[in-house]
Amino acid sequence: MRYLIPIALVIVLVGFLAVGLKLDPRKVPSPLVGKPMPAFSLPSLDGSRTIDDAALRGRPLLINYWASWCRPCLEEHPLMMQLAARSDVNIVGINYKDSRADAQRWLARHGNPFGEIAQDVEGAAGLDWGVYGVPETFVIDAGGSIVYKQIGPMTVHDWQTEVAPRLGVRP
Amino acid sequence: MIPELGHGALIFALIVALVQALLPSYGLIRGDRRAIASATSAAHAQFALVLLSYLCLSWAFYANDFSVAYVAQNSHSELPLMYRLAAVWGAHEGSLMLWMLMLSGWTLAVARYHHRLPADVAAIVLATLGAVSTAFMLFILFTSNPFERLFPAAVEGRDLNPLLQDPGLVFHPPMLYLGYVGFSVAFAFAIAALVTGRLDTAWARWTRPWTTAAWLCLTIGITLGSWWAYHELGWGGWWFWDPVENASFMPWLVGTALIHSLAVTEKRGLFKSWTVLLAILAFALSLLGTFLVRSGVLVSVHAFASDPARGVFILGFMTLLIGSALLLYAWRAPKLATDAPMRMYSREGFLLLNNVFLTAAAAAVFIGTLYPLFADALNAGKVSVGPPYFNAVFAPLTLPLAFLVGLAAVVPWKRGDWRESLRRLRGIAVAAVVVGALLPWAVYDRASLGACLGTGLAVWAMLGAVHEIWRRARSGHGISSITPAIWGMSLAHVGLGVFVLGVTIVSSYSLERDVRLGPGEETELSGYRFRFDGVVESQGPNYVADTGTIRISRNDREIAVLHPEKRLYRVQRNVMTDADVDHSPIRDLYASLGEPLTDDPSGEWALRLYYKPMMRLVWGGASLMAIGGLLAIADRRYRTVSAAQRKAVAALAGARA
Amino acid sequence: MTRMGLSAAMIAGLWMGAMTSAWALEPEQQARYQSLVHQLRCLVCQNQSIAESNADLANDLREQVRTQIEAGRSDQEILDYMSDRYGDFVLYKPPLERKTIVLWVGPFLILLLAAFIAWRSGRRTAKSEPSAPDQERLRRLLERENP
Repeated sequence: MRYLIPIALVIVLVGFLAVGLKLDPRKVPSPLVGKPMPAFSLPSLDGSRTIDDAALRGRPLLINYWASWCRPCLEEHPLMMQLAARSDVNIVGINYKDSRADAQRWLARHGNPFGEIAQDVEGAAGLDWGVYGVPETFVIDAGGSIVYKQIGPMTVHDWQTEVAPRLGVRP
Repeated sequence: MIPELGHGALIFALIVALVQALLPSYGLIRGDRRAIASATSAAHAQFALVLLSYLCLSWAFYANDFSVAYVAQNSHSELPLMYRLAAVWGAHEGSLMLWMLMLSGWTLAVARYHHRLPADVAAIVLATLGAVSTAFMLFILFTSNPFERLFPAAVEGRDLNPLLQDPGLVFHPPMLYLGYVGFSVAFAFAIAALVTGRLDTAWARWTRPWTTAAWLCLTIGITLGSWWAYHELGWGGWWFWDPVENASFMPWLVGTALIHSLAVTEKRGLFKSWTVLLAILAFALSLLGTFLVRSGVLVSVHAFASDPARGVFILGFMTLLIGSALLLYAWRAPKLATDAPMRMYSREGFLLLNNVFLTAAAAAVFIGTLYPLFADALNAGKVSVGPPYFNAVFAPLTLPLAFLVGLAAVVPWKRGDWRESLRRLRGIAVAAVVVGALLPWAVYDRASLGACLGTGLAVWAMLGAVHEIWRRARSGHGISSITPAIWGMSLAHVGLGVFVLGVTIVSSYSLERDVRLGPGEETELSGYRFRFDGVVESQGPNYVADTGTIRISRNDREIAVLHPEKRLYRVQRNVMTDADVDHSPIRDLYASLGEPLTDDPSGEWALRLYYKPMMRLVWGGASLMAIGGLLAIADRRYRTVSAAQRKAVAALAGARA
Repeated sequence: MTRMGLSAAMIAGLWMGAMTSAWALEPEQQARYQSLVHQLRCLVCQNQSIAESNADLANDLREQVRTQIEAGRSDQEILDYMSDRYGDFVLYKPPLERKTIVLWVGPFLILLLAAFIAWRSGRRTAKSEPSAPDQERLRRLLERENP
């Protein structure tokens, strides 16, 4: 019954293509998941001190790469503000390839959800973190390892299904 | 009004296509001759309506009617007229209208040929084409309507993507679509063969010119695309193994196999079920290409705006069309199987081997293109497949073809003798080895195994093809006995050799240099002196440009002046590079502006310069292949139909009915 | 993003971005640089290498490549640096490992399979051809001289 082989192959192919329609080929998963967060030492946004990775270890937190020129960052901003209001969620922002003045103006206008903000003007830290677009949010556990990378703006659904469980808080 | 007229015409065309698909089928089942004959009238009506619809859309572009959403998204009042009209196919919805125009055009062409076919075959072919048309028009009308209005109307359009504002846009998509869509005719003939259960020499003879015509259009379309990318994209590349490029290349490879398989079916009555399968496969790959470009499952420079909802629709009707065809194949193909004995060392044996390589090459492109999707769907992570993979895998699968082309030319049908072949090819083999070994050294002062191998095979293929002509001319009947079909075949094979030579040389001996030059400064590349004479600002119809001047001289004699540009298109605010090239048959000299290295554009600039030897052979070879195809279909045996032939065809159809 | 699916960033990126820094290198370093930037994928672009794109990220990555070449790193070290951060996806040439075995071996397997099928088709013994006399008649009528 070798004449049935072509149709069988086509059915398999169509199955793959159908699954493919639900996937996003542009999303690139991070090889850093499961590894300790990359070391960095960046000035804070207001320039008063230095923020480094060592200081951030010890508690689970979200590290959010953002920029004032980034439109999708605005999409996730309301959710960020909601999360910031909770006592069990800590968000550290890293301002990516931006100017201090623009970043501060953006925060003044839209609200500041970040506990601390580091400034990565050149994108050097972003390179080490495998950042290829903003916004990107990393979920860090208490031991300082990356447990999840959220690519693109975080939706409520993403928060509930992927991020909150890994942070160990209720959605 | 006119957009609504276009929309209405398309709806009527859909109804006509549905009639064209259903009524003849009903007629065949019931033996109703008039229903069968309605197919041709329906085909004429469908074409007229689709043409009307297409012209209405073109009018909207011509008249800058920005109340039509599609026009507002893809045109601009400052856009030159030529591009305004070409912008019709600049995005998804309009490109489907172009597809429909081509499909109804091919359908019309077949309908006008119908009297040479038995009535039942003609009816099935046209009904199948009607079914395909129905599917596409449903897709357009339900998901991709180009006639949708914008309320309130836009004051000005968003302009055509500047990348497309190049003469290449005017020719590349129409030729490409002519080819893509043309394979639907071969598909329809295959369906006819399966339904009627008759696949004989006559069927092969009917199907061959349509397939060759589609193939040559696709050849030209792909070549134009490559040529366009070379001039437009600014970094000297001419083939990128981009998913959309691959989507057009796969049908081409399978189409080539189909042409060769049809030749064997016509001459020896062999490979029947393979031929049918290849015809279905070629069209299936065309449809797959349509799907890949528009659904967003693959990442590509060429992709239209991706819309998974549309992807679902295309996948659906693709599955329906191809699935039905393959079910029909599974059911009916066993009856077609002929089993005349075949010796492997014969022309048909080598053509079979030829098809094995072509199919494997198509499979390689297919695997490489879709692998990222397979891996992601199976949760095996993201895999990136790019040119390094394709180049590594493709060459070993296709170089043997150049070898076969030369060899098969001297192997007769039915039964060949390897000693005889050796005797005939001795001279050519020696010439190929000598030239292959020496030419790279002689001309370019250095050689690699790849360069020698490629050159040798190319020379072998070219000489083998020429040998065929020479042998026939010398045999009893002289040069006038060589039919256009034979000339076409030999020319196409020579074209293949030329193409392989061009690719080999360009890949092995291209030089590129990034330099930083101020006005008046010079640099040297491969014996040519390039002098940069600065940049001035200039104005285009819808852009502002920095135009550079580069003077090229050799041996103190000026041979060319190039004007590469950096254009800023006013509306979309995109910066585009327009390289400039000095062509000659043996080399291209290519220059591109990078960026100014100081704030003053009249100061130093970063430039990229290329020396590309034998670049024109790449397109020259492809063009020869297309011209060969054109000669082949011009052969009289496809055009004249004597009374005796008509009677024979009718008698045969009568005997079977 | 324009509806064409070619983002404005990418269109703007169609300069020869690689040129921004390459001219500062020695010739054999330039050759290595060119080879490496053609092997790395631009992640924000649609199917281009970082050589071809002028997106910001591509610029940054090219600078990294240049800096690391000047610092004396080997080609493999530079590629590893990139794939450590961005995953194997950033490598244009898929590495040969278990999950890509089908990719690399597949085409040649298919070649062998096709050759085998072809050989078997050719070997099948003759059965009677359907409607041979009719076919003969038609063939003779339709065919001109066959050299």
